[in-house]
This record gives sequence, C-alpha cells and structure tokens, in this order.
Amino acid sequence: MMKRVPIFLLLFLISSCSDIRNNELSKNGLIYCSEGAPATFNPQLDTSGTTADATSHQLYSRLIEFDPDTSKIVPGLASSWLVSDDGLTYTFQLRRDAEFHTTSYFKPTRNFNANDVLFSINRWRLTDHDYHSVSGGNYPYFVSLGLSDVIKEVNRLNGYRVEIKLTRPDSSFLANLATDFSVILSEEYAEQLLAQGTPSLIDSKPVGTGPYKFVDYRKDSFIRYQKHENYWALKDIPEQLIYDITTTDSLRLAKLISGECDAISYISSSEIRAVDQRDNLTLNIKPGLNVGFWAFNTQKPPFNNAKVRRALALAIDKNTLIEAIYLGSAERAHGLLPETSWAYESLQNDTNYNPVLARQLLEEAGLSSGFKMDIWAMPVQRAYNPNATKMAEIIQSYLQDVNIDAQIVSLEWSTFRERLNEGGHDSVLIGWSADNGDPDNFYRPLLSCQAIKSGTNRARWCSSRYDDLIQEALLITDIELRKIYYHLANAVLAEEMPLVPIAHAYRYQAYSDRLTGLKINPFGGIRFGDVEKN
Amino acid sequence: MLNYAIRRINLLFFTLLVLSVVSFSLAYLFPGEALTNLSGIKSPTSTQFASLIRAYDTEANYFWQYIAYLRLLFDGDWGVSFTSQQPLLEDIFRTLPATIELSAYAFTLSILVGVPMGVLAGLKYHRSFDFGILSASLLGYSVPVFWLALILIQALSLQLSWLPLSGRISLYFDVPIQSGFILFDIIKASNLDRAAALQDAFLHLILPTLSIAILTSSIIIRMVRRSVLDVLEKDYIIAAYGRGQTNIQVFWKHGLRNALLPVLPLIVAQFTILLTNAMIVEVIFSWPGIGNWLIQAIYQRDYPAIRGGMLVVSSLVIMFTISLDILLRLIDPTKGRINRVAI
Repeated sequence: MMKRVPIFLLLFLISSCSDIRNNELSKNGLIYCSEGAPATFNPQLDTSGTTADATSHQLYSRLIEFDPDTSKIVPGLASSWLVSDDGLTYTFQLRRDAEFHTTSYFKPTRNFNANDVLFSINRWRLTDHDYHSVSGGNYPYFVSLGLSDVIKEVNRLNGYRVEIKLTRPDSSFLANLATDFSVILSEEYAEQLLAQGTPSLIDSKPVGTGPYKFVDYRKDSFIRYQKHENYWALKDIPEQLIYDITTTDSLRLAKLISGECDAISYISSSEIRAVDQRDNLTLNIKPGLNVGFWAFNTQKPPFNNAKVRRALALAIDKNTLIEAIYLGSAERAHGLLPETSWAYESLQNDTNYNPVLARQLLEEAGLSSGFKMDIWAMPVQRAYNPNATKMAEIIQSYLQDVNIDAQIVSLEWSTFRERLNEGGHDSVLIGWSADNGDPDNFYRPLLSCQAIKSGTNRARWCSSRYDDLIQEALLITDIELRKIYYHLANAVLAEEMPLVPIAHAYRYQAYSDRLTGLKINPFGGIRFGDVEKN
Repeated sequence: MLNYAIRRINLLFFTLLVLSVVSFSLAYLFPGEALTNLSGIKSPTSTQFASLIRAYDTEANYFWQYIAYLRLLFDGDWGVSFTSQQPLLEDIFRTLPATIELSAYAFTLSILVGVPMGVLAGLKYHRSFDFGILSASLLGYSVPVFWLALILIQALSLQLSWLPLSGRISLYFDVPIQSGFILFDIIKASNLDRAAALQDAFLHLILPTLSIAILTSSIIIRMVRRSVLDVLEKDYIIAAYGRGQTNIQVFWKHGLRNALLPVLPLIVAQFTILLTNAMIVEVIFSWPGIGNWLIQAIYQRDYPAIRGGMLVVSSLVIMFTISLDILLRLIDPTKGRINRVAI
C-alpha cells in the first residue's frame, strides 16, 4: 500500500507540469540559453560574438540597420540619410520619437537626439573625449578598421540632424555604422554619471533605445531584461527576456529539448539530428558570412610562384573535404564571398580537382621531383573549419599523389597565432567570419598589403593590382559598379591563388516553435526585437 | 555525560585544527606563489602587495604565518576567488544553503520512505512483499548516483518533458535572495506569484532529490529490516506474544522502538554520505550549491576557492558528525557503554 503513495504523488505532479509550461509567466518571458557571459554591456568595447549577442540588438539601436533577409541597409534611429556626390559628407535625419530606457538607475528627461549620436561616435573617435578612456578605452572594431582616421568631423546641424564628414570616400562606411558595434548611447545618462563620478557604470548598467532594458545581471549565471514599453518600433514582444548562461553545449541542447530554454546559441552539426527529431523545435539554416580557406605563405619559395599555388589548389578535391569535415553543413566556396553577399559572383572561376594538370604545372615550375612543405592546422574548432587537423590529413594524402611530402603542424592556439603572425608557416588552414554585410569586410582584411601588418593576411600576399581594385571599389557608392571591381579582384585571385577558398559553413539557429520572428542574423548578434512568443 | 561531551569537543577541536593546517599548507602545495594562493589576488598593486604581506605575515616563519592565517579565517577574510575576484566567504554563504536545502529534503524523503518500507519488509519476512522491497533496494543500492541522475533526466526531462533538468527555479521568477533557502525565500518574496513559484521550485526539486534519496532510502530499508528481524526474535517479543497480545500490540509496544533505537545512529550517519552524493548530483542538475561551485573551482584551477571550499565542507561534516554523536548519546545513554565493553 505504501508503495503506491509516491506513484500517486508523481501522477499528481505530472498533471501539474503541463500547465507550468504554458502558463502566463512562460508566455510573458523568453529564455535564451547563451554560451557565455558578455565581457561588457557596451558592444563598442568588445568584438566577441557573445557580447554582441547579449547586448547589441536587445539594449541598443543603431543609426541604420541591416535587414537580415535582404542584407540591405534600412533606417534605424536615422529615418533617412543623404550622401553627398563626392561621397565625403553623410547627413542623417534622426527620429524624434525614440525614447531611452527608464530604469531604476536612470530616468531620461528627453528623447533621443543629435547629442546622443555625437556622444556615441566621439567616445571612440576622439582620444581626448571625457569618456574615451573609461572602461579601458579600447574600441577594437573601430581601431581595426581605422575608422577614427576615416571620420574627419561629426557635426550637429540641429537637434535632429547630424552630419558626418569623411577624410576620403568610403563606400563601406554606412555598413560599418550598421554593425553590432556602432550602438547609440545616451548622452544625458553619461553626463549624469560623470557628475556622480562613476562614469564606468555606463558600460555595466547600460541605457539604450533598444527593445529591452536592463534589469539584473549575475555573472556566469543570468541576465534579466525587461520590455521597453516606449521602444520606437515596439512589437508584441514578451515582458521579459532572460539570458540563461549555460556554458556546456550538451546542457544547452538538453534545456532546449526539455523546454527550459526557448532558443539556444551555437548548435554544432552533430547535434542537428537531435533537434530535427523533435516536432516542437525549429531549426533554421543559413549559409554564414564566413569562409574557411587554405592560405599559402607567398613570401616563402616555392609558394611565391603562382604556378605552384595553382597546382596545389588543383591537387585537392574540395567536395571530398566538405563532405568529410563539415558533414554536409557547408557550401563549397568558389571565392572569398558566400552567396548571401550582394557582391557574390555566380560565374566565378573555381578550381576543380585535376591532379594531372597539377603535376603538369609543377613540372613547368621545375618541381617535378617534388618537395616538402608544412600544413599548419589550427587547433581549435570554428564554424568555418570544424576540424582543421583532419582536413590537413586529407590534404596530405592528396598532395602525396602529386609527389609533395606534407607535414602537419599543430600548436597550442595562442602560440599558433603568434607564430603565424611571424610568418613561420608554409601554408595554413584557417578562416574568417565577417562582421558586416559589406564585401570589403572580406577583401580588405584577408588579402590587402596593409593586412599583412595587422596579421589577418595569412597568405602574406601583397599585390598592388588587387589593392588598387579594392581601394577603388570603396570610392564608389553605386552598388552595380562596385560589384564589377570586386569581380575583377576575383579574377586576380583566381590567377594568383594566394589562398584556396574551401567552404562557407552554414549557421544554425535552434528554437522552440512557440517563438515567431527569430531569424539568423548573418551579420552578427542575435535580435530579439521582432521575436514574439505564444 | 559531561565527560563524554568534553572528549568529543576536544576531538572536534583537534580535527578542525588539523584541517586548518592542511588547508594552510595547500597554499604552498598548489603551484604558484603561496601569497597569491592564500589571498586570491593575482596581480596586486604595490600598496596592496605590502598590506597582503603584512596581513599574512609571509616574512615570518611558517608557524607565525599559520597564526596569521588563522586570525584572518576568524576575521572572516578568506581571500578572494581567482575567477570572480569575489570574497570567498560570500560565495560560500551563497552556495552552502542550496546544498543544505537539497540534502535536507533528500534525507527527509529517505527516512520517510526507508523506515516504513524497512519495517514492513521485516514484518513480512520472506514473503513476496519482502522480496520485492529487498530486490528494489538492492537495485537502488547498486546504481551509481550520477548514472541514476542521468537516466532520470533522459527519461523524465528529455523523453517525456515532464520535469525541468537544471537549476532551483525557472528564471521567469525573480526571487530576491534573503536566506539562500529557495522555498523560504519564495514565501518571503512579495514581487511574484508565490503559488506558481513554489510549484515551479518543487518541480525543480524532484529529480535531484530523487537521485540522492533513492540510494539513501535503499540503505535505510536494509538496515531497518535487519534490525526489525533481530528484534522479533528477542525473548521479550516471544514473552509478549505469550501474554496473548496481538501482532499490532506487540509491534507498537515492544517492537518498533527497540528496532529503531540501534539503527538511529547508523541512519543519521548516512547524512554525510548523502551530502557527498548531493555534491555530485548538483553538478548534473546545475544546482547552484557548494558542490557545483567547488567543481567549477577545480576546473578553473581556482586554488583559493578549492582551499576554502575544502575547509568549509570538511569542517561541516566533522561538526555534524560530532554533534550527532553527542545528541545520540543523550537519547540513548547505553550506547557508549556497550561500545566500550564491545571494544
């Protein structure tokens, strides 16, 4: 008899479970299981994806935004903008109805206006700004693109009109203003904090104009946001948005399945089947804005010879690599750009597996007897290359067929990057993820002469022909015309082959089917401003 | 009795002393600077450094360093954690209630299930009910706790989606922390729907509590059953039957109390084992208790936290054991004497 009691108890509990799932509270709250804690609540200060996911589109708005579907630039806090004919002056007309968050620590007395734009841009642009050195004073995204040199001045024309003057035309400028990092902060809040003598609170107790406002944060545990009732583009979003910081991959998936999270970050290709099997979960797939490639150190012989590089590119079968390494979760890369980019060239020259031609090219280069080389395989897992070591092994066997003896080098990640920057490698398997939708974000950091110094040009390749083309492309605002320049640059790359593009990995987003409006943002952080729950 | 209490307290004192010596020496045994391992401050400024040297007395010999360490322990300055740079004592006071809460519920459940089941099994000696309970308890006793927890998660959370698998309460509820005991805090809270929050917290409790309680109840069932069997063979039971008393009368008047008294200390001693299991289960269910916290500290090589956590957990276990010894002696004064004779 006694034994039945726990069973009854269990039955009673089970009957009560179903309503806790669908009760009012869960309807009014959205839980996102994220993979880590943000380094700061101001994305100007950090380029990591975790920080951008947690803050950028939830707390803040930008002057202009990327539309995640069309990858076009659309109005944000700026309702319209004008670019002068010489491409040097950008004038933004600002919205009048955007309100900052009212929180327990700040009550705004005015709406968003030009002063906030000036403050937000000048904070990272001017080294003598009151707030420049607050919270470390390091603004990695803007520094890496040299944006403080590109902007000559930022002027307030009137309360709702701002003019930005550039030192040189830069057609990727608007794209940079729409990235996760170009958020608009409150000048009024900054003034108040400065008067209180606690300026650094601006980055830990944030105030913005985004769809959610900050409530509470416990490090490595959770972030709690609340709906911003007066958001300028308010939709029927849940009252609460909660980030449940869950560092273990399998636990995130388990929580999604058990219904404790509504959406999770970073799902690996091996976990996709588990999501697919569930009827109440949705899986979005989208080719990501990234590229995994095999770069040759063009400063070292024999890789300084374009014929050798082309031969190596012909010696490997990319389709096999994609099947074996990405398990079908990637698209074959024909060039640097994935298909989602507007400058993608559909008829691009691609190398096909052809060991006979490869041997012939090597013979022409006087290397028919073969040679020895290194393949550096990065030791960490990235979306654009989930297993570089295994890929290196497959390439190694392909190279044997053309009489090349390849050694695989794998070092600890920080040492690896350090040695790579010194140029100690013959060739390396690595990749790139873009921060914005502009094609320049691939062409310039990956292969320009300037990028050898900053360490992102892994091929250490410098061609004035290529550099001129991508520099010219920046001076043009007409998209169709710009495309032609990038296609010409593609032709240079196909001929010179400083690197072999291998794959563009897909991005996955898994979430409960109670959510609507959650999209993969190909240009960065997740956006909950349009996500509704029923 | 007084004599006994003094001897126990003496033992407690010296054990704690040894523990503090061990925890102090850990700072030297761990890799890195002893001062860093003690204070947890990784890159102190020069003024900080000077004051740390003064506080920990690192320029004197080991004995005086140890005395300085003890002084700081009693002042409540346990150093800071490497990873969070938060005072360790705060972290410990935040996580400890969660562990105690979980263990207390699991222990209560084990007793509530274990004692009646054990008694019943003993009374129905060698009948199918007895065999049923006995085999169930053998199964419960043999299954490793962490495996059981995973199986429960797999079945009840992942396959059936009935129960949540992590944490103490859904994050929808913003429960202000007052005591650290979740049920108590919910009752105290004013900003939320208490009934719904309690129900949610209760659902979160089920799986971790079950995973721990199953093992402990199995042990208790077996001990109680054995003891009931022993008692039923005693002369005074036969005498009671001889006086014409019914089964129920014999059992309530003579059997139960005599059967439970000898196993009580054994049952209570299970609590320390249960506490250890609770710490394992915490990790699996992301329960924010001291076990979870300590495991994180070990992963991150957070030496000050490992040292503090070890000290607090072991002190807790020892203090608990010794106070139980004294308490049991109060309940059953014969216990100590028999032991002495037996030895």
